[in-house]
Amino acid sequence: MSPELEELYQEVILDHSRRPRNFGDLADAAVLVHGDNPACGDEIHLGVRFGEGGNVQDIKFTGRGCAISQASASLMTTKLKGKSPAEAMEMFRVFHDLVTGETDDAPRMLGDLRLMQGVRKFPQRVKCAMLAWRAIEQALQQSAGESTISTETDFVAP
Amino acid sequence: MHRVASSAVDWNAIREDFPILREQAHGHPLIYFDSAATSQKPRNVLDALRNYYEHENANVHRGLHELSSRATAAYEKSRQRVASYLGAATADEIVFTRGTTESINLVAQAWGGKFIRARDVILLTEMEHHSNLVPWQLLAERTGAQLRFVPVRDDGTLALDQLPSLLTPEVKLFAFTHISNSLGTINPVAELCDKARSVGALTLVDAAQSVGHLPIDVRELGCDLLAFSGHKMCGPTGIGALYGRADILDSIPPWHGGGEMIVSVTLEKSAFKKAPHRFEAGTPNIAGAIGLAAAIDYIERIGRSAIFEHDAHLAGYAVERLTELPGMRVLGPREDRGALVGFVMETAHPHDLTTFADQHGLAMRGGHHCNQPLMRRFGLAGTTRASFYFYNTTAEIDRMIEILRAAVRFFS
Repeated sequence: MSPELEELYQEVILDHSRRPRNFGDLADAAVLVHGDNPACGDEIHLGVRFGEGGNVQDIKFTGRGCAISQASASLMTTKLKGKSPAEAMEMFRVFHDLVTGETDDAPRMLGDLRLMQGVRKFPQRVKCAMLAWRAIEQALQQSAGESTISTETDFVAP
Repeated sequence: MHRVASSAVDWNAIREDFPILREQAHGHPLIYFDSAATSQKPRNVLDALRNYYEHENANVHRGLHELSSRATAAYEKSRQRVASYLGAATADEIVFTRGTTESINLVAQAWGGKFIRARDVILLTEMEHHSNLVPWQLLAERTGAQLRFVPVRDDGTLALDQLPSLLTPEVKLFAFTHISNSLGTINPVAELCDKARSVGALTLVDAAQSVGHLPIDVRELGCDLLAFSGHKMCGPTGIGALYGRADILDSIPPWHGGGEMIVSVTLEKSAFKKAPHRFEAGTPNIAGAIGLAAAIDYIERIGRSAIFEHDAHLAGYAVERLTELPGMRVLGPREDRGALVGFVMETAHPHDLTTFADQHGLAMRGGHHCNQPLMRRFGLAGTTRASFYFYNTTAEIDRMIEILRAAVRFFS
């Protein structure tokens, strides 16, 4: 097995992809974001409920996708519960820099999400890793209601 | 090692003609199973391109000097070569384009713009590549025409029993693929053209996946228009052609305006050349056309029947071996398929599988293959596709099976 593969598909990542945490519909979600990666057909449906001060009180997702997108979504949900919007956005930024290779040392705040660092060697898989994060970014911006996002930023809905 | 009973082709020697097949990928010998996306190029095609630029390069149809004569002769000889390869009546029935996509867009825009009215019907199938779907959607939007689709059955073949209700006199054009790029289905072109003719509809065949893989004779098939790309049949990228029966091409107005396609120009208006030059505005892809002719020379030296037999053997062997794997679903017909196999595995998503395989030197494609409606039809986001050409071997398929077995162990 190549070291790149071992690094990309670490045991924790495979575990989250096989048994995603917080997988399911979130009852009385304040925001529901449908995310889609048109390049591969992967999709996520992310429900978020906010508590006092706009903190992420609960977060769940459904959808289908590759091991990377599923593990990224699963790890993200475990990490974001209880976080303030500012903290969540900071985590978005730091995670993005990690998988795109813009930072070399993975900040401790990411916890197990640091294991996704292997994605940087597979540029065509960055969108898989970012799908759930694009969805939470949208959820934080709108804080109520339902919407749709895409990993293709130049995507124009017909 | 395998043999094709009825041909004396030395398939292993053929691999020597493709320098790229000696490449390594991630430290492994390259196994190239993505020829449905683009094929590799034999040395004679690479040599033809170099020879053109070293000895003949000039603009065509306009220079009065020696090099321009050579370039023009080589370019027009290539058109002749394509015509005889397809069984066209004359070289004037061949329009050089950038490829299948541009050929279809030419028909949709120039022919469609002149002949299609609101409530006319364009008949397509559910298995069309986006390149034979989106141009018609654009035309329908512009004109108010309707699109109809021949459904695909679970076994990957067209539901031909539904044709009578779909192929009605309102249908002006029936455009369909010869070989599905996701399912491998080979459609009965001659039968479909015959049925279309009986209601007065024109036919356009998307031959992207077939033109380099099996014998094609447009007059035997009875099609009116046929589109293909050079790069999937050993030729360079950026060159392809539209075949159109002479009377049909002559009825189509110009498409792109510019030099090369005019007879005379005043400030107010222009007179246009006849087909095919009417459709080739600007300096064409001269080197590409010459490279395409070299690709045809190469393919014809092997023989298209021998290639088809070899490809069919590889595809059949791949289906047989793939179905040994646990949790495997192979798409498309069991038999009579083109040189490709699309599949999904319970244990791994196509993207994970393709990444895994790539790290072992095996190049396949994972995703929707520009077939989103078809993927939806089968309830899938995408598939993994292994596609073959005459330079592939059963030994490579055996290696693919080993790699997929390792992937099952890895991901489950």
